[in-house]
Formats: sequence, C-alpha cells, structure tokens
Amino acid sequence: MKIDIIICGVGGQGVLLASEVLGRLAISCGLDVKKSEIHGMAQRGGSVFSHVRMAEKVYSPVIPLGTADYMLAFEELEALRYAQYLKPDAKVLINKQRVNPLTVLSGEAKYPEDPVAMMRRHFSVWHIPALDVAKAIGNPRALNMVMLGALSTFLPWSEETWLSAIEMSIPSRFLEINKKAFLEGRALIS
Amino acid sequence: MKRLLSGNEAVARGAWEAGVYFASSYPGTPATEILENLISYKEVYAEWAPNEKVALESAIGASLAGKRAIASMKHVGLNVAADPFMTLSYTGVNAGLVIAVADDPGLYSSQNEQDTRHYVRAARIPCLEPSDSQEALDYTKMGYHLSEEFDTPVLIRLTTRISHTKTAVTVGNREEKSKVVQIDVKKWVMLPAFARERHPMVIERIKRLSQLAEELEINSVEINEKRVGFITSGVVYQYVKEAFPEASVLKLGMVYPLPFELIRRFVEKHEIVYVVEELDPFLETEIKAKGIKVKGKEVFPETGEFNPDIVKKAIEKDYKPKTISFPDIPERPPTLCPGCPHRGVFVALRKAKITALGDIGCYTLGAIPPLSSLHSCICMGAGVSMEHGATVSGMKAVALIGDSTFFHSGIAPLMNIAYNRSPSTVIILDNRTTAMTGKQPHPGTGKTAKGEKAKAIMPEELAKVIGIERVKVVDPYNVEEFIKILQEETENPEPSLIISRRACTLISERTDKIWEVKEDLCIGCKRCLSVGCIALSFRNEKAYIEPLLCFGCGICAFECPVDAIKEVKT
Repeated sequence: MKIDIIICGVGGQGVLLASEVLGRLAISCGLDVKKSEIHGMAQRGGSVFSHVRMAEKVYSPVIPLGTADYMLAFEELEALRYAQYLKPDAKVLINKQRVNPLTVLSGEAKYPEDPVAMMRRHFSVWHIPALDVAKAIGNPRALNMVMLGALSTFLPWSEETWLSAIEMSIPSRFLEINKKAFLEGRALIS
Repeated sequence: MKRLLSGNEAVARGAWEAGVYFASSYPGTPATEILENLISYKEVYAEWAPNEKVALESAIGASLAGKRAIASMKHVGLNVAADPFMTLSYTGVNAGLVIAVADDPGLYSSQNEQDTRHYVRAARIPCLEPSDSQEALDYTKMGYHLSEEFDTPVLIRLTTRISHTKTAVTVGNREEKSKVVQIDVKKWVMLPAFARERHPMVIERIKRLSQLAEELEINSVEINEKRVGFITSGVVYQYVKEAFPEASVLKLGMVYPLPFELIRRFVEKHEIVYVVEELDPFLETEIKAKGIKVKGKEVFPETGEFNPDIVKKAIEKDYKPKTISFPDIPERPPTLCPGCPHRGVFVALRKAKITALGDIGCYTLGAIPPLSSLHSCICMGAGVSMEHGATVSGMKAVALIGDSTFFHSGIAPLMNIAYNRSPSTVIILDNRTTAMTGKQPHPGTGKTAKGEKAKAIMPEELAKVIGIERVKVVDPYNVEEFIKILQEETENPEPSLIISRRACTLISERTDKIWEVKEDLCIGCKRCLSVGCIALSFRNEKAYIEPLLCFGCGICAFECPVDAIKEVKT
C-alpha cells in the first residue's frame, strides 16, 4: 500500500496541523511515513503546502510529479498551483474558500474564474464547504479537521483510529471542537 | 511506538540523549527548531545568543569546562562563526562538541545557497550528513563519540528538506556525560608557537578519520545492478532510491573526510557511476582528484533543490512524467502582515524618496512591490555598514535594521558611524522580537530562551553610550511624524539613530479601532493599495477594507488623498 497526499492552502489555514494528524495516524498504523513542508519566509501569508507519504517503506519526502493519490486544498487557487503532483485519477477535496493574493487585491492579476471546474476537467473533485461547517460549529480555524474528516472516508482506517491520531496532535482544550469538526467533515461525504 | 520527528527535533533529541548540557544558537531558518526543541529539555542549559559567533564560542567554553555542547545555526550563520570555527579545529575539544548547520538549497528562506561542506574541508573538521530524522538523531549521538575520541569538533550538515521533514524515529534515553577539566595551554592557547605545533595534528587527525571512514557503518554500500551505480548522501539518497529503486548505491553518512578505497572499489564494480549531490560538486571534486572516474555535474544541476524527478531526468533524458499543470495562475508571495509596524516606515521612506540600505528580516519584503522602498540586502548587519560607506561617498541614504539583527551584528557598524562621525542615519525597526523565524526573544526583549526575566538592553541607551548623540524614538503608525524626523535627520550632518518602536502584530493585541472606506468619498484612485496590505482590496471601482483582517494601523488612511478612510471603534 502507498498513499501520497498533497495538502495545500494559505498561511494560517492549518495545513501543517492537518499533515501532523496524518503523520501520527500512519505511525499508529505501523506504516512508514514522511511529511515534508517549508517554513520561514513562505509563511507570511504565502502559499503553504505539505507532502504526506505513507507506505511500507517511504524514500523521498517529496512526492514525485504526477503520482499523488489525494489532494486536500484548503483554498481554491492553491489546488491549481499543486495539481502537477497529482496522478490522473487522483481524488481532490477542495474547501469552498477563496483568499485573494496581493497581486489580485491590487488588480494586477486576476483570480481564475472557476478553479474547481478547471480541476474537475482532470480529476475527481469534491467541493467541500469546510469553512462554513467549521464556522457553524463555532470555530472557523477547525476547517482543517473538517477537510480531514472528508478525506477519512476514502482511507481504510476506522473512525476511532482517526480520532486517536487527532487526540495525539491537538492540545486538550481545543480537542472537542476539532473532533466535532472532523466528524462533521466525515458526515459530509458518507 | 515510534515518534514523528523533524530532522531538527531529532538533532535536539540526539544531543539530549548524548548528555549535552550546553546549547546555544541564533534563530535562522531552517535551523531554528534545533535550539527551540532543546529549550524544552530541563537537563539542558539552552540559550539564544546574539549571533552565531557568540553561540559557537560559548559552546567551546562549555566543552572546555567538561560539558558536552552543541551550537546550531543556518548555513550563513557559519560565516559569522567562521572565525572560531577555523581555529577550533586546531584546539580540538575537551567534552564533545557538535555544530549543527542547516543549508538551504533552493533558497526557501535565505540570501544565498552556499554549501557548508567547503567549510569542513577548509577547517579539516569531520562532517556527518543524515538522510532522515532517525539518522539525524543517531549521527548527532555518534558525533559526540567521534568528537571525544578524535579530539575534534564534529559538524552535522542538514538541509532544509531534512530539517523540516518529519519521519518516524525510535528514541533512546539520556546518558549523562562529562569530562574532567584539564587546561593544557599548548592545546588551548593558539599563540603562533603553539598553533604551529597543532596544525600537523590537524592533518594527522583527518588522516586517521579517513581511515576510520573506510570501515564506518554509516558509509554503506547496496550492490544491485552492475551497470550503473550512484554515490550520494543526505536527502539526495532518498531521491535516488525513489527514482531508481533497483540501483546500486554507495551512501555516504560521513561526507568529510571520504573513504576513497571504498569509493574506488564501488566504482570498479560498475560500468558508470554518478555522484549525485545538491549544490556544489563537493564529493565529485574530491573523488575526481583521486583519479577515480565518475560523472556528476555533467548531468546534474549545480543550483537549487533536487527532487526525484530532477534526479531521474538527469539520467533518463527522455523521462517526462504525465502531469496536469496550470500555468499563469497568480503568484502568492509572502507579504507584511496587516498592522505590521514596518509598513509605516516603508511608506514614509517612499514618500520622502530616500534610499534605504536594508538587512535580513521580515522587512526585506519592503523591497517587493508595491512598497518597493528597500534597496539592498546582503547579510545581517550589512545595511548599517553599507549606509556608512555610501553616505561618506556622497549618497543620501538611511540604514534599516531590525532589533534582533541590530543585536546580532548592527552594534559594531553603528560604533563605526559614531567613531568616524559619518553623516549617517540608521533606523532600527524595533518590533520587540525576532519575528521572521517565529518570535524568539533577544537581548532587547527582557526575556531569555527559557522564558526567564533578563536585562532588556535598549538600543537608545546603547547608542548614546557609544557616541550617537541624536537619537529619536518614533511610532511607525504615525507616518507624518516619521517623514518629518526622516527629513530632519538626513539633512543633519551628525550621526543619528531613529528607533521605530512598535511591537510585531504576532505578539500584540489588535488596536481598539479599525478603518473603513467611505464609499461616497472614495474616488477609486487605488493609492491606498500601494501600502500592500491584504486587508485592502478593490471592488466595484472602490477600495474596501476587510474588517476581520484590519489591525487598525491606519497607514492606508495616510495614503488616501481625499480622506475617505475613516477610523471606526470596535
């Protein structure tokens, strides 16, 4: 078994925490895992991505082009940016949210009219109202867990396994809302 | 159960397990988290030093005092620490000393992509290079063993991809280690007479280490295919295995000194052998110099970060993965945060049309449009020295330097300005933290790495003591006042210091007001957008401020020619 996942979004959307949960999940299931991301200059409102790879044995921390199995895009434009990593029949989950880059805000560049439709032409796409769901349960920051919940329906592990990986990754005071967000996300697909 | 650790966390864990007592560093991506993780171990004395030279020298002191020590830094930090590094090779150590240095191929967060391996060859210091977090932990521990056995510092070379990739790690326990303190002056006092005697020891030591390298387990050979073989190290080993799972590989865990006999035997077993390494042809040059026939930079790039596709493409010219990509989508470059105090300074500089010679930090982003008001950046502290040289040479300019950067390497050039009475104006962007690398404290903050209260060194007091008489402290949210002071100080021939003081938005509360565009007053001129704030956008021919993002600085209101941006209490 090999599962390669690209998670992408904008600084502050919780990309790194989502990949942390996936990493711990893989370890608890006895798989080898690597998760790779870039910190520093890139985080000041810039594009953020994480590669999560799990298998019996993982070599490269970077997913080779055209081979990723899943994408979790927390922002619509960012899905387009990292599409080159996806294999042709990849499953793509896109959060319904647009964050304009500075170049778009100032009118120098145009935000693509419909990134989701562009992705649909090539991949199986689920457009998920993760931000709305997270807002509805009281914490917009939990959108990352809604997205993970949606992803969990495609992967072989039980709900309990997922929840315990979340427990290992999130401080106890935020745990309840994050678990709730995860379950809400899970319900969105099944 | 195994733990999921980044390369940096694993180096910290390895140092702790090896019984390290003393750890010092200056923050710098991608190495910052090594010290940040060491802070959490109660047995370790961990500190942020003002710069890497101080960090390394302090670690040498700890080693001399019989305690295992670590100094960690990014690649350019080793330039700052190069002075002690070169002579430390002569003195050697008492208790084990490891220097962890993280290179940044691809320049994710750096001003250059220099290759640290040249330093280890220049200083004749052994260098280990892990290819995942488990090795980062194991090699760090091994580093202490080698350090004490061979009386040498050991350098652990990381790259961004190793530092910031989390992989599964089996951890161990701490073993307390220390050495008896015996100061042999012929070893520790590098007078010419003593140093002359130590230099042959350095040469002899590296010879013994290269003999050891021939037998070392971490230099491992996997023989599979007989035609093509690869010699590689670090994360590139993982890319080679990904691209060519069936290939024969000689993986070098120690990249200096090299096991030339092992390499020769490996090369003889194959028709063609490639040396695969990011950045400079370091291994390749060493190997070719011994007359061993290999290929390397004939096919591989000398710049940028590698990945499995680059490795594969270099060998299989017609390799082309099937991908879908969308060209021409808008870039999302990093920007100053809404409310960032640096923004006011850049807007003032732009308005006053003054050239600003800058430095390393978030404020380097001031060079990018739409702010476009920072005109140079070379290294930590260079802005202040360059401004001195430029001003003395007849140019009108100011220096821009952050508070943490000022303590790192801005004090000596400011002293030079005072001493040589140049008509300079230096601006310290004092946001009360080391913002870019993640809010680390520094000598101006009144807090230590471990969170204890410390003496807060105020740049204005320091400046007066070293002879700068004109010192002004200004709030950068007050752009008008800032412009006035800028004009006064750049006209005045005395050396002067302007301290732009307001805390970074990452460590402060939002102000109790936000700003709002009055649509009926807005003339749609887009001048406000020139402050480069993501809270501002342009819709239906009018400017708009997103209330959730507005921090309340009001710098956009300063730019509005018709006073259409108004304050609203929250």
